[in-house]
Amino acid sequence: MTSVTQDIIEVKNLVSHYGERQILRNVDFSVKKGEIRVIMGGSGSGKSTLLNHMLALLKPTSGSIKIDQLNILTANRKELSKLRQKMGVAFQGGALFSSMTVGENIKLPLKHHTELDDNTIDIMTRLKLELMNLAGFENLMPSELSGGMLKRAGLARAVIMDPKLLFFDEPSAGLDPVTAVELDELILKLRDAMNMTIVVVTHELESAFKIADKITVLFDGEVVMTGTVDEIKQSSDERIQNLINRRPRNDVVDAEQYIQRLTAGQN
Amino acid sequence: MLSRLKQMIEKMGKSAVDSIESAGRLAVFLGYTLSRLWLFRFPLQEVIKHLQFIGARTVPLILVSGLFTGMVIALQFYDTLIRFGSVELLGAAVAMSLIRELGPVMAALMVIARVGSATCAEIGIMRNEQQFDALDCMAIDSYHYVILPRLIAGIISVPLLTAMFDVFGIGGGYVVGVLIHGVSEGAYLIGMADTIVWNDVWMGIVKSTIFGLLILWICMAKGFFLHIEQKFSGAEGVSNATTQAVVLSALLMLFVDYIVSSLML
Repeated sequence: MTSVTQDIIEVKNLVSHYGERQILRNVDFSVKKGEIRVIMGGSGSGKSTLLNHMLALLKPTSGSIKIDQLNILTANRKELSKLRQKMGVAFQGGALFSSMTVGENIKLPLKHHTELDDNTIDIMTRLKLELMNLAGFENLMPSELSGGMLKRAGLARAVIMDPKLLFFDEPSAGLDPVTAVELDELILKLRDAMNMTIVVVTHELESAFKIADKITVLFDGEVVMTGTVDEIKQSSDERIQNLINRRPRNDVVDAEQYIQRLTAGQN
Repeated sequence: MLSRLKQMIEKMGKSAVDSIESAGRLAVFLGYTLSRLWLFRFPLQEVIKHLQFIGARTVPLILVSGLFTGMVIALQFYDTLIRFGSVELLGAAVAMSLIRELGPVMAALMVIARVGSATCAEIGIMRNEQQFDALDCMAIDSYHYVILPRLIAGIISVPLLTAMFDVFGIGGGYVVGVLIHGVSEGAYLIGMADTIVWNDVWMGIVKSTIFGLLILWICMAKGFFLHIEQKFSGAEGVSNATTQAVVLSALLMLFVDYIVSSLML
């Protein structure tokens, strides 16, 4: 692994709401350059909301997020656009444009942000497709690809500009074990070959333990712990152990609140 | 009883606030889109691509609907004019009603049915599948790349489609009036040429240009804000947004039609 020194992501006191409902509660964490950080948590833990905040797709209630020294919550459109050209995002379902071929999708950032000629763009696109084991698929439409291929095509588009920082939302969700392992290998290859900092949001334990340098565990919108794979595995926190050992939650039911919920709206 | 009344008033208040919010969003959406005209370079390639979908691929529908509309108006006018012994006015009556009123309105309705609904569903699915998020993350402006080209293509296409509708409508009127009912060809064509003035043509152009903007604007905005305005974001959300887009754009189009007619007559 490369020497890790500087923080590339700093999240401080992040609070977020959807309407009245609080999603994130004073989330604090930082990610160092060249690190693979996995943000892990169960459904409803707030990990996707946190990802959307880091991508500047959602505005939080309070707190600050610095990416590569830029406070993305106060940055103007130009600054944000410049930063985003150094970032890549691979979405859960690929988020490819259905009206374009796979190749056209992957080329899109290069066509928009560079003055490269078409031949160079074609070669760079094929290079990335080779890296993702998708050689020869550039003329297919996204609807002709399988789930795993869509994710890899989305990843190819995310890394076409050789970003410093890559975000990957649920890389293994909905994939068969072999394809999931292939994607994990790909993430490790990207970090080693291209020296990227990679933030992966997932609830897949096996994948998280395989690729992570550090794991941040979220529970109910709070950071429970940040640590290496071994530290997480050895944690005495019951919530982390429940997540690792796939134990169901044993929430104590308040009888009065339960009755209130059942009879809500009745007169 | 009192609580029911309170609930009803609350519901009415909420729906009024929602409507105002929605109208505000529509206005901001249009403002953002138009501001991209001078913030970025003109998206020529994208405009050409959408001219093909909005314009060229709507031509067959426009031709068939224009032909039948012209035929039915000619039939109705013929039946009326013959009672007064003025069938020589048939060409003028068909052309006038098509160029001023029916051409722009009927062509716009066809565009709403074929393009408006499809565009709203397409934009809504793009929203559902995080494609707009992906564009933001790639630092590609969604308004410039996705919305503006479709809007410009709509503004260019609808007047041209309307002109085709008018020509085929007049042709349909010729078939019914001259070929079927034996109205003199000269009376049909010369009566039309003598009666139609530049102001009638201009009214058709103004209306259809505004309709082109209105249809694409409303239909795209309804799809774009699907995640905010619809209770459900999946297939049901897309279906609701598409229905709302079609109904709202058709009603607004008829309202604007009246306003423009009253200002230009």
